[in-house]
Amino acid sequence: MTATPILEARNLYRSFGAVTAAKDINIRIQSGEVVGVIGSNGAGKTTFINMVTGFLPPTAGEILFNGRSILGQAPRKITRMGMARSFQVAQLFPELTVLDNMLVALSIAESGYPSFLRPLRNAARIERAETALAEFGVAAFRDHPVTSVPQGTRKLVDIAMALIGNPSMLLLDEPTSGVAVEEKFPLMDSVMQVVRRHGVTVLFVEHDMEIVSRYVSRILAFYAGEVIADGPPAQVLDDPKVQELVVGHGGHGRTRRAS
Amino acid sequence: MMRVDRTEAWLLGAGLALALGALVLPSWLTFLLTIAFAKGLVVQGVVIQMRAGLVSFGQGLYYCIGGYTVGVGGQMVGVHDAFALLLLSMAAAAAVAMVLGLLLTRYREIFFAMLTLAFSMILYGILSKSQSLGSTDGFNVRAVTALGWAPGAGGKMFVYVLTCGCAAVAAVLLHRLSKSSVGHVCEAIRENEVRVEYLGVSPRWMLYATYVLAAATSALGGGLIGMATGHVDPEMAYWTTSGEFIFIALLGGISHVAAPFLAATLFSTVRTYAIQFVPHSWQMILGFVLLGIIIFLPKGLWSLFRRTKAEARA
Repeated sequence: MTATPILEARNLYRSFGAVTAAKDINIRIQSGEVVGVIGSNGAGKTTFINMVTGFLPPTAGEILFNGRSILGQAPRKITRMGMARSFQVAQLFPELTVLDNMLVALSIAESGYPSFLRPLRNAARIERAETALAEFGVAAFRDHPVTSVPQGTRKLVDIAMALIGNPSMLLLDEPTSGVAVEEKFPLMDSVMQVVRRHGVTVLFVEHDMEIVSRYVSRILAFYAGEVIADGPPAQVLDDPKVQELVVGHGGHGRTRRAS
Repeated sequence: MMRVDRTEAWLLGAGLALALGALVLPSWLTFLLTIAFAKGLVVQGVVIQMRAGLVSFGQGLYYCIGGYTVGVGGQMVGVHDAFALLLLSMAAAAAVAMVLGLLLTRYREIFFAMLTLAFSMILYGILSKSQSLGSTDGFNVRAVTALGWAPGAGGKMFVYVLTCGCAAVAAVLLHRLSKSSVGHVCEAIRENEVRVEYLGVSPRWMLYATYVLAAATSALGGGLIGMATGHVDPEMAYWTTSGEFIFIALLGGISHVAAPFLAATLFSTVRTYAIQFVPHSWQMILGFVLLGIIIFLPKGLWSLFRRTKAEARA
């Protein structure tokens, strides 16, 4: 018997009018896995992430997180159960500094609901936030308003905020999109380092095949709302169907894998 | 235990000094300050919501509920104690806000603003048609007592001191709120609701709590105005009254808890003198003042203090 998967989707369907964005999706992800999700635009990757995080209810099917159904739960409830996410476009609080962004995230993570009368800033919290920023190598930006920091840094702060509540699973939605080419690998290196240190299970959506094949142990290939391939990177990326429908459509056209 | 920080000490000190000022200040000035600080409290309600990204065009609703509760309490129910009346005002406003908030927190921006306006105009309409409450003329508010003591001829003075006390205590609490986790989460909601939801907190319920708190704060101001002027009328819920509160909020800015009190004082002073010198075009003068503030001090009067501080540091 295998252990209870940390995340399991059973016969998941989602349609928007006549368009079916998810068709009979069955996925089991075990704790500790790092899984990449690939697929061209409109393949259903984001729909899948949105259903898993409670943003979008599936038309039919079941989603289990640690063996418990999370269907019909609000995103905040699912977050509290231990599933955090980052966003394709970093979702931060633009007028707050990098540190205050972290402190807000931390104060919510720490206390369930934030305190009315205790100050946001206290020594212990600031230290924890600084440690988290340092882990991602962005501590130098702590007092900058987030609008003034580089895109890559914003992405890292976004991920750091998702991780500060010690989730057991992290969904990364295109962590390197909008980041300069030369920043992509360093960014992913630091993310994966931190993620491994915390022992978090990761599901990440990514367009760049080089990034995917370098960092994941398993790939799910989506096409027209269906999972057309599921397996180790070498196997999935060499699959002729994936080659034709996903890699060819991805726009990057890069099939070269890191050895 | 919670320590009193410098701003809090300063606020309490200012409240005490102003209250003691009752002994030396001329009565016209203490009256002007009573009205200004009570309005400042109403404006705090507008500002609390602005920090969370909501602009209420109908805060007059709670200002009016506060005033009428004090009036009705004294005239019809037989409650004369000032503290009890103010608590009743806040409770009445909070109760109404708890109901209306369920609907209002589903809306944002202009939709929220217009709905708040609609509710205040509904109250205006109801009060204007209620003969037992004096219709459009309103009615007089009875003199209040304080824990069994009747101030008698010193009634106005008492309300002034009471207003200074309420303003100082409210200012300290609101300052503490703005520095707290909740205060920052509210700012975060203004900036990005989706993220707050994904961090694990419901933006809607946070805004709901903010709305109810703002209602109670504004009602406190309304209750004090009722006591100070000895009269309440439906105009308190009219949309131009709510507009005045937004005017004062913009005048002061939302960056410091003292700003609404300062702005309300300036507003009352400008209005008093403008009416005196140019009785028929005082609104024009207020208009120019607001224009100047928006162009030169977009973050309100308080940015003058910020600037001096920054310069002093440099």
